[in-house]
Amino acid sequence: MSVTPLLEVQDLTKTYNGRIGCQNVSFRLYPGEVMGIVGESGSGKSTLLNCMAGHLAPDSGKVLFDTRVDGPRDTLAMSEPERRMLGRTDWAFVHQNPRDGLRMRISAGGNVGERLMAVGARHYGTIRDAAGDWLERVEIATDRIDDRPAQFSGGMQQRLQIARNLVSGPRLVFMDEPTGGLDVSVQARLLDLLRGLVRTMGLSAIIVTHDLAVVRLLADRLMVMKSGDVVETGLTDQVLDDPQHGYTQLLVSSVLQV
Amino acid sequence: MSPIIKVEDLAKNFTLHNQGGTVIPVIEDGAFAVEAGECVALTGVSGAGKSTVMRILYGNYLAQSGKVEIAGVDITKAEPRDVLALRRETLGYVSQFLRVVPRVATLDVVSEPLLAVGKSEEEARERARDLLTRLRIPERLWSLSPTTFSGGEQQRVNIARGFAHTYPALLLDEPTASLDKENRETVLSLIEEAKAGGAAIVGIFHDVAARERVCDREIDVTQFTPSLAA
Repeated sequence: MSVTPLLEVQDLTKTYNGRIGCQNVSFRLYPGEVMGIVGESGSGKSTLLNCMAGHLAPDSGKVLFDTRVDGPRDTLAMSEPERRMLGRTDWAFVHQNPRDGLRMRISAGGNVGERLMAVGARHYGTIRDAAGDWLERVEIATDRIDDRPAQFSGGMQQRLQIARNLVSGPRLVFMDEPTGGLDVSVQARLLDLLRGLVRTMGLSAIIVTHDLAVVRLLADRLMVMKSGDVVETGLTDQVLDDPQHGYTQLLVSSVLQV
Repeated sequence: MSPIIKVEDLAKNFTLHNQGGTVIPVIEDGAFAVEAGECVALTGVSGAGKSTVMRILYGNYLAQSGKVEIAGVDITKAEPRDVLALRRETLGYVSQFLRVVPRVATLDVVSEPLLAVGKSEEEARERARDLLTRLRIPERLWSLSPTTFSGGEQQRVNIARGFAHTYPALLLDEPTASLDKENRETVLSLIEEAKAGGAAIVGIFHDVAARERVCDREIDVTQFTPSLAA
């Protein structure tokens, strides 16, 4: 069965003044797949994510995305408007800190609706209905639609950020520590929500996290990074239960049992 | 007819990089095959490598060399997405422990494997209800997450989930452990039904009576384990 990968990364390298951010990263992500990237702080996982998402310019390499119209294209070679359009339609980026992904001074409904307007929705009633529908899907009471995110708890802000990102029906979602900074009960709820959305919408996702329990629940595959290099890849449960690389073995054995 | 599960020249080592690079050989020259409709028990003393063999069959542990074909796919060399497709459609595994996302209702936990292979919500729930009833999980618990259930209840939810879809190949890790007499009987009939349906089954059974009733033959894994044979 040959399916075109949704995303294909080839030899991606990014250095900061000669210091390695990430180097020679290559992989393919297929439609509907969720890939986790794990590693300790400074291992290059966020650098890699930001290079793929077009937030950072890598030194070399390619990021091929299977566009709806033209098939696979190197997003790094796209014009800025084209890449921005992709960022508003087929791609979504969920930041660790919801403040980075939300507009704190406009209402919750406005935050969700803005992304729809960016892709051409103009009818106020339709936008508001869609926003209300998405607030419900991420379990935010619809009577909070006119409240500003600043009045929300951290967990609610994170769910609002997810609603804002998914409302335009993206095909690929980048997530940077989506559950970081949330307490465990809120994390569980968010994980359940994300899993459900990934399955019902057929999304592909790349999740950067240092939390191995999170990837076990969400990711089909895993990539382990250390000092900018990918040291191990494979099926999530295989990498976690039978790690081959010394660093992965250390990482897995360092998790505290509850 | 070619066997559903076929293992050839299997070898497996564990290398402990953080403990001086110690290499522990656990399996050498592993070979066996299981036909459709056949149930095979893995035997051997504790630590002999029964669970390791099971995990390699499921693609959970990597093999150093050799072949493990499940319905024609060599799981030791398959890409992650091919292994996932195999596990979704062809290869079931009832482990000893239930691992679920918190907050998901028991009924959904059991119907999930059916929804994953494209069955309708209605059909999936019907089958889940039927299995939960047979395994004596009270209906008032179905809408709750199994995370707070007792050990035996969790094990039965796990079994219901494992038997929801009719997999052509099925791995069972002590399916009757910690079950009372009636539920043990139900699980044994589920295994017999799966066999009659043409499933190739590999199991670990410490329960000798259960093993004798459902298994057609035994494979002593000690013959594949270099450290013990020596």
